[in-house]
Amino acid sequence: MTTITIPVPSRWARFRDSYLLYSFKRDLIAQVCLLVFVAMVAAAILAPWLAPMNPYDLAQIDILSSELPPFWIEGSDPLYLLGTDAQGRDLLSTILYGARVSLIIGFGAVILQALIGVSFGLLAGYLGGRVDAFLMRLADIQLSFSTLMVAIIVGAVFKATFGGETFSEYAVILLVLIIGLAEWPQYARTVRASVLAERSKEYVDAARVMGFRAKRIMFRHILPNTLSPIFVISTVQVANAIISEAALSFLGLGMPETQPSLGSLIKSGFDYIQSGSWWITLIPGTVLVVLVLVINLLGDWLRDVMNPRLYKG
Amino acid sequence: MSQAVSQASEAVVRPTSQTKLVEIRGLEKRFSLSGDFLDQLRFERGKLVRRQNYVHAINGVDIDVQRGEALCVVGESGCGKSTVARMVMGLLSPSGGEIHYDGQRIDHLSPRQLLPYRRRMQMIFQNPYASLNPRMTIQQTLEEPLRFHHPDWSRERVRQQVTEVMESVGIDPDWGKRFGHEFSGGQRQRIAIARALVVDPEFIVADEPISALDVSIQAQVLNLLMDAQRDRQLTYLFITHDLAVVEHFGSRVVVMYLGRVCEIAATSQLFAKPQHPYTQALLSAIPRLEDDRPDHIRLSGEVPTPVNLPSGCVFHGRCPHANERCRQEVPELIVADGGTRVACHAVEEGRITA
Repeated sequence: MTTITIPVPSRWARFRDSYLLYSFKRDLIAQVCLLVFVAMVAAAILAPWLAPMNPYDLAQIDILSSELPPFWIEGSDPLYLLGTDAQGRDLLSTILYGARVSLIIGFGAVILQALIGVSFGLLAGYLGGRVDAFLMRLADIQLSFSTLMVAIIVGAVFKATFGGETFSEYAVILLVLIIGLAEWPQYARTVRASVLAERSKEYVDAARVMGFRAKRIMFRHILPNTLSPIFVISTVQVANAIISEAALSFLGLGMPETQPSLGSLIKSGFDYIQSGSWWITLIPGTVLVVLVLVINLLGDWLRDVMNPRLYKG
Repeated sequence: MSQAVSQASEAVVRPTSQTKLVEIRGLEKRFSLSGDFLDQLRFERGKLVRRQNYVHAINGVDIDVQRGEALCVVGESGCGKSTVARMVMGLLSPSGGEIHYDGQRIDHLSPRQLLPYRRRMQMIFQNPYASLNPRMTIQQTLEEPLRFHHPDWSRERVRQQVTEVMESVGIDPDWGKRFGHEFSGGQRQRIAIARALVVDPEFIVADEPISALDVSIQAQVLNLLMDAQRDRQLTYLFITHDLAVVEHFGSRVVVMYLGRVCEIAATSQLFAKPQHPYTQALLSAIPRLEDDRPDHIRLSGEVPTPVNLPSGCVFHGRCPHANERCRQEVPELIVADGGTRVACHAVEEGRITA
């Protein structure tokens, strides 16, 4: 048999010719969103180097310069570009550090959700039967509580038991755990649905005929084929987690004032909004809205592109 | 039928012939239609009763596969031929009966105990578009079984074996870095065959391996399977609904209808002298070039539902030779002339003159 040798494209060439890149190049909204998102993440990561001052360092804070307005308003100090909050912290620096905390909690919670949700979804979908029934009922029960309600109860109980001091110390870990545990059914259901679709395909039968064990088939054969929906819900879930964290912080069950996230920053300014210092709430609020909006728009775009009914790859 | 099962299981205790590779005895498979436990509960005449409905896909099938032969299983859609194949490979567990491989019962073994058999028996699937993992390259697809079954093999040896098998099925070994979706249906089926051959099996179950392919490719793949059989002394259990393929490929043929075996015969014998009325109708439906006035046997009615099986012979409702005995008594396989085994009262009584 004669064969024609066709050069095998490299990974980079594959990406360059992919539909993903093609549609990205033609979608202005996606490009702007990615740009803004990358800029915000970079600014948050580089906060210790970018920020004019360290809001965690009490020595740098001067209570006399509190509630200074941003630069375009009369009475501002050129040292504080976006003004200062009620404790005299530079708002720009605090927002940068706060965005960092928000993003860490957002991504941390989503990683935890994905770990639990993907494992449970794979088990439920592949093993079926009683395991499936048990895990999915567990998911139903979890879904019947709202995330915020669970978070408020757990947070309040923790705060009451161990005191505010301990709570502040472990706030980040606690928030990741609460938001992560509350939202895993989203992943589990999506993954289970894709696993059910994949399991009936013959490549899974071929793997079983080879004698591969269930763990290997689940993680090496089925999981890679369910990655696109996982990827899409992850973007939405990151935005959701950031919002949940902000809401909890706003209710006083999130990050403490000393290590503010965007949510607790909004809350701390809320008391001063009537006295004219609107920027303490409004500027971090705008940053939060933009961050979540950009992630959601990117997720929307990704969902459209990766829709298997529109494009199969 | 139950009598046949008990007779069969006695026969199984002492494997009579060394040449039998696979023995299927009294195989049965039911699929529940009733959902889970809560769905099965019904309220009837003031009482809560548990009611279960089943699809009787396989109802007591006895098949022997001789070493080195290509045994074809034919029958229309839904007759259970694929279910038999999947049970032999352990993808489904039987509801009753036994499957023996090389003298050892295998249908009740755990996955771990079954592992040594996985290397000896392999399967080729119908749809080459679904049988290759879309996220794995061809090289990965072919190397994974070897690494799994021969953990002691060196990287070099694995690669060498893969290259050898790829060449033997007519795929360029340079294509290994590509993914399944970059190939045509015929090429994919060659890759799927390579995956089955790579662990060096002796028995291959092929579940309609060419029915999803172009007619022009079918012959190529069929010839490839025949070459592989000659070069590697393979035994095939070949599921198909294409009688032309059977004539070309099979050494013996099993005809199935509604989860039962109607007739087992050598290929030439079956085509020359079909005995069972269903086989006769099936063969008369083959269009022939020389025919001006084809004398098709027209069967009346439809295949009955496998949920409520007909009493007696499963074919009696459509059989032109059926009498009262056929409606009452389930026919067993008997040896008719020419070594053909056929399950038909009319043949036994000499009511049909072939």
